[in-house]
Amino acid sequence: MKRFDVLVIGGGPAGMAAAIAASDRGASVLLVERDVRLGGILNQCIHAGFGLHYFGEELTGPEYADRFEKKLAEKNVTVMLGAMALSVGEDGETVVLSPDEGLVHLKAGAVVLAMGCRERTAGAIALAGTRPAGIYTAGMAQKMCNIEGYLVGRRIVILGSGDIGLIMARRMTLEGAHVERVIELMPYSGGLKRNIVQCLDDFGIPINYSHTVTRVVGKPRMAGLYYAPVDENRKPVLSEEKFVECDCLLLSVGLIPENDILTGSGVKLDRVTSGALVDENRMTTVPGVFSCGNVLHVHDLVDNVSHESEIAGAAAADYALGRMSGTEGKICSVGVGRGVRYALPQRVHGGEGSVEIFFRTDNVYKNCKVVAECGGRVLWSKKRMIVAPGEMEKITLDKKDIDGDVTVRLEI
Amino acid sequence: MNTICINCPMGCPLDITEEDGKVVVRGYTCKRGLEYGVSEYTAPVRTVTTLVRTSEGGVLPVKTSSPVPKGRMFDVLDRIRALVVPASADIGYVAEHDILGLGADIVVTGRGVPHDAK
Repeated sequence: MKRFDVLVIGGGPAGMAAAIAASDRGASVLLVERDVRLGGILNQCIHAGFGLHYFGEELTGPEYADRFEKKLAEKNVTVMLGAMALSVGEDGETVVLSPDEGLVHLKAGAVVLAMGCRERTAGAIALAGTRPAGIYTAGMAQKMCNIEGYLVGRRIVILGSGDIGLIMARRMTLEGAHVERVIELMPYSGGLKRNIVQCLDDFGIPINYSHTVTRVVGKPRMAGLYYAPVDENRKPVLSEEKFVECDCLLLSVGLIPENDILTGSGVKLDRVTSGALVDENRMTTVPGVFSCGNVLHVHDLVDNVSHESEIAGAAAADYALGRMSGTEGKICSVGVGRGVRYALPQRVHGGEGSVEIFFRTDNVYKNCKVVAECGGRVLWSKKRMIVAPGEMEKITLDKKDIDGDVTVRLEI
Repeated sequence: MNTICINCPMGCPLDITEEDGKVVVRGYTCKRGLEYGVSEYTAPVRTVTTLVRTSEGGVLPVKTSSPVPKGRMFDVLDRIRALVVPASADIGYVAEHDILGLGADIVVTGRGVPHDAK
């Protein structure tokens, strides 16, 4: 098979943006995608709200994907569809199974990981009760509804109030189902305010914060479920358990970066994000292997995925073509302090230019101050009226100020 | 009426009333909240996204080309359910002009899965 400068694994928003950016830097690019078309999860996200930052207009998911697909078609990018990457080796050699080419071993000048996430399932949260028909992850229900045209239930309860759960509450309502309630373990929603109002309040759908599903009942079809408030240790208070009749439970209980193919690669993963540890070019701990999008860390906005993937794609091209620059400076780690769950990239080089650090807080905080410091010096600080785990935060640092390890924290 | 401002994670609780013919918003903490409160009280609008049937029995995603009055969302949905578009309709195909006289077109936003791949 032809040798390529850059191999991109995954053809969703991250993979497409990385491939375009790599091609723009003069690299020949091969993109492998396991689905029969490009676009990834955007194809099933038919609601509006994508692209406000990137395109300055509000698009639906398929429209956002189409913009990138059209741009990609103009570039020096070869696309393999229906092709599944099976493993990435220590030297970046990637094994791909393709209906046209069979089992192929690919060795490119650089690899960009853009495989996205999968959803946590009923098994992953140890859901108690029977195992009836009618339990779906929110994304699965979204695909069955929006792509296949099937409504997976009539009376629905949603566990988890992340954006996918909220969006599905509205989708199921618009398609004629009755959403009984949304149940959220935490005292706040992990989703955007906009979605709470426009997906729940608009339709009078109640939400129970600090509650969880205690067990499901019914066989072979779901007949209902029990739910209860949780105490301060998030343990259900069973004496206050209530029953709700329903034939469907949708789970919106978290996303897991799909990094399984990296097992033999030597790419080190972050324990908090479950994505790779990267530098500001989104290069992992294996030289020449880059990571971007939801496989690196879960994003709230696809616009941010596109930006991040352009960084990774451009850097992968530079690496493959032997002209990587800006990595001569001292390498420093980026850590977190009080109130911050993770910051990314986890390491940066000192030197010229600026670097953007993205982070998420570990709780909702009002009237706090975001501080980035290096060896006791404050590099950046700003007062914030509110920060929340559901909304990724960003700060920009001058690289020449960085001469030691950086800490991002909140003053609460 | 009471609602929550959607402009930022702060989510200011808004209390909106009409006093002496003027819309009065309470509870906002910035200009965007005031504007949002007034528009939600006087003329709330939403972009509707749903599915439309295709000539081959599948579905394609559609949207209203501009937001429609919030109170008419289900009327718009009922009308869209009666429509059928060609399975080959591409992004931008107009399934219905000026739906229910609300000034918005119903526009296809995605493509079907390639047939030979199903």
